Amino acid sequence: MNEAYIGIMIIWLFLFLYALGGAVDFGTGFWSMYYYEKKDTTAANFANLFLSPSWEVTNVFLVLFVVALVGFFPGAAFAMGSLLIVPVSFVLFLLTIRSAFMVYSYTVRKYVKLLRYVSGITGLLIPALMLSVLPIIIGGFFEVVGDRHYILYNELLTSPTLYAHIGFGLASQLFLSSLFLSDYASEANSMETYEVYRKNAIIFGPIMLSFAVAATLTLIPQAMWMVENMAREWELFALSMFAYTIGYSALWWPSKKGRIGQPRVAFVLIIGQYALASLAYGSAHMPYLVYPYLTIYDALTNLTMFYSLTIGYAIGMAILLPLFIWFWRLFLKDKRYLSSEK
Amino acid sequence: MDNVLLARTLFGSSLAFHIIFATLGVGLTFLILLAEVLRVVTKDNDYAILAKRWTKGVAILLGVAIPSGTIVGVMLSLLWPGFIEVVGQVIALPFAIEIFAFFLEALFLSIYVYAADRLSQTMRLISVFFVALGATASAVLITNVQAWMNTPRGFDFVDGQFVNIQPWQAVLNPAFSYTAKHVVSSAYMATAFVVVSVAAYRLLKGNLKEKEERYYRKGLMLALIFGAATALWTGTSGHSSAVGLHNNTPVKLAAAEGLFETQSNAPLAIFGIPDPEANRVVGGLELPGLLSWLATGSTDGVVIGLNEFPRDEWPPLFVHTLFNIMVGIGSLLIAVSFGAIAYRLIFRKKPYPQWLLAVLLISGPLAMIGLETGWIFACIGRQPWTIIGFQRTAEAATQSGNLGFIFVLFISLYLFLLVLTGLVMRFYFQRNPLSKEYETTTSV
Ligand code: HDD
Ligand code: HEM
Ligand code: HEM
Repeated sequence: MNEAYIGIMIIWLFLFLYALGGAVDFGTGFWSMYYYEKKDTTAANFANLFLSPSWEVTNVFLVLFVVALVGFFPGAAFAMGSLLIVPVSFVLFLLTIRSAFMVYSYTVRKYVKLLRYVSGITGLLIPALMLSVLPIIIGGFFEVVGDRHYILYNELLTSPTLYAHIGFGLASQLFLSSLFLSDYASEANSMETYEVYRKNAIIFGPIMLSFAVAATLTLIPQAMWMVENMAREWELFALSMFAYTIGYSALWWPSKKGRIGQPRVAFVLIIGQYALASLAYGSAHMPYLVYPYLTIYDALTNLTMFYSLTIGYAIGMAILLPLFIWFWRLFLKDKRYLSSEK
Repeated sequence: MDNVLLARTLFGSSLAFHIIFATLGVGLTFLILLAEVLRVVTKDNDYAILAKRWTKGVAILLGVAIPSGTIVGVMLSLLWPGFIEVVGQVIALPFAIEIFAFFLEALFLSIYVYAADRLSQTMRLISVFFVALGATASAVLITNVQAWMNTPRGFDFVDGQFVNIQPWQAVLNPAFSYTAKHVVSSAYMATAFVVVSVAAYRLLKGNLKEKEERYYRKGLMLALIFGAATALWTGTSGHSSAVGLHNNTPVKLAAAEGLFETQSNAPLAIFGIPDPEANRVVGGLELPGLLSWLATGSTDGVVIGLNEFPRDEWPPLFVHTLFNIMVGIGSLLIAVSFGAIAYRLIFRKKPYPQWLLAVLLISGPLAMIGLETGWIFACIGRQPWTIIGFQRTAEAATQSGNLGFIFVLFISLYLFLLVLTGLVMRFYFQRNPLSKEYETTTSV
């Protein structure tokens, strides 16, 4: 593998980690609003129990992704800067509102209801905007005049593939967060809440899958090159489908705990499904960052910097790993924490 | 406004906003560490309460510091792609390492806030130590990039290619050590005076139970001593910065001082307006020889003036005023904090009189103004360069045409959050008065 591919693999890893964390974070915000409204306080509080200590950490993964992207691929900055400034600004705006309100209403209990709405609604809007970036950079929705890139809003906003992508993003986050919360609830032996989120996972699995297919098919008129490349990656997609099938079925496997389903197995396998599928999608995207103007080879930094960065990230991650594990134990396994909101 | 000007204003405002919350985050986490240590050493319950209330403050501030930092981080790439292209080639390391400082702070802060009751005393101290370490390290690392923009090193640019890249030489650029010291000292100092202000406000308002008054006095003294020490450190490190300007970027020092002619025995001009027609500062106070002495250590030292440089490489001349405000506030606060401590030492038992409390009350806002003017001086004083001697601001800017709308969006957001954060703080500390803490906090 050459340096450009190693670099983009690292970026993929960071993006994948953020997507996973973000999906659970934003999805959880939505469920917290939904069950608050339905007066199911246990289900709602469970969602919040996870959200409070984790959102800052999730946010650092976003920064990690952005910083690593422009560090490894500084040549991408010009195109990204002029192409993505509007959608990304909206994302930043909403993220700020969300974090601020999250902290504020935690501080001022009186406004808990407002918080849940803000975090629920922004939890739907942010991923939708983020996903809209995908079809834009695949090509077909912008033009280049001189040095400037212009998004063709008319074509973008009337194109079915935009909405299929957004639908896929929303269904994914609701699916992943339900799976996660069902596992979380089962860890805390909260059977009713477990059932609530298991049911959600069962509903959103197939919805997510249909949107994934729709997003691919609607790409055909816009970006045939991408669809052809994806077809070439069929082995990875097939493996991903396989992981999904087993993982989804694990929601019905028997368990010693006296209830149906093995949420831990399901969650891990579905993570595997997303890893494989996004790897396949990413490979099909290569070597373009922005089709057809910018490839990873054009954008890559010099080799000296490349190796310093790679070593830097490797050391940093190795040092932090034990800390992440401790964090996980404190908030996701410790019975004293899990029972504090029941 | 044209595109570049809009980008500059937007980015400058975003940083001016971020820096308020980021600085207080750096300083308060350190003060919490101090209080936690004192709590263990003295077994005094008041320090536990101080730590607890400051932690609440940090939690509220970080709710804005983190997303606003995310905004500037992403905007840096979007608004200044030309700059980021160079950063990615030469000085990407501090940004990469900074991420791990962020992780350190975020992880340990969650642990400290949400799991404190499940931690042993040692683990709690360790957690809060790493929170403070992470915050200060973030400040140092981002400052590293800023220092490099002033004294770029570690690369050659030949035929449009970056060659001979030396990442560590870039990191260890000449401006780094003094800039980092000055930024950290001023962040600690500004926070200390904000805490002094709050305590002075409570004492001024009066109507306190004896226990509460003792608590506020203790907080005030702790912050005052810390403030005096860091103010002194800020002054000395600021002096090193000025010497650094003299050695590395003389045009910036010349603009800061309004010095047009290169000369020995150069005067220090306080306030007044630099006038390029008259070739000097008009309306200010001139102290002969002092600038030469400050910059070179001798009144005979030669200080380079603006006229040595082409006009289109001059920074805007109003940076002279920004610089004066910063230095003035720095000197004033050294005097105020040492004066207040001397008062306590001389009149042993006597509480501070109203007028002294009133002076202390405005020290916090003054320190924040010093911080803002210092940064704005550092960034505008760098103009017309983004990377001194290498890249001009216009070459760094984005080509996107949608900035006007984004500008309005973010400025409204900042104003809204400034007001809201103030209200939330007020609301929280009114609802949770000190008397309540005494019922719920137990000592170690
Ligand atoms: C509470 C805030 C505060 C106070 C009281 C002072 N400073 Fe400062 N100063 C800063 C906060 C600051 C800063 C915000 O942290 C800056 C901006 C960029 C930097 O490196 O630090 C800065 C920059 C800065 C620079 C420019 C560095 C550069 O552009 O590379 C100089 C020469 C000084 N300071 C000198 C002083 C002196 C002689 C002071 C006398 C007491 C002083 N400062 C007080
Ligand atoms: C161009 C300038 C700057 C950029 C790009 C930047 C970037 C960021 C980012 C991305 C974050 C959010 C990190 C997270 O997600 O947790 C952040 C937070 C923070 N920044 Fe800044 N920053 C800048 C200037 C500064 C300065 C000058 C200081 C201090 C003197 C500072 C201190 C902090 C601190 C203490 C935090 C909170 C850290 C945390 O809790 O994670 N920043 N900054
Ligand atoms: C250490 C962190 C910082 C870094 C790396 C940094 C970097 C930059 C960059 C890249 C620009 C745009 C290019 C240019 O105009 O030269 C800029 C401009 C600016 N920054 Fe900073 N900055 C930092 C801290 C700050 C802070 C804390 C403030 C405000 C309180 C600030 C105020 C400004 C202003 C006002 C401008 C616009 C200057 C102009 O174009 O006239 N900066 N900075």
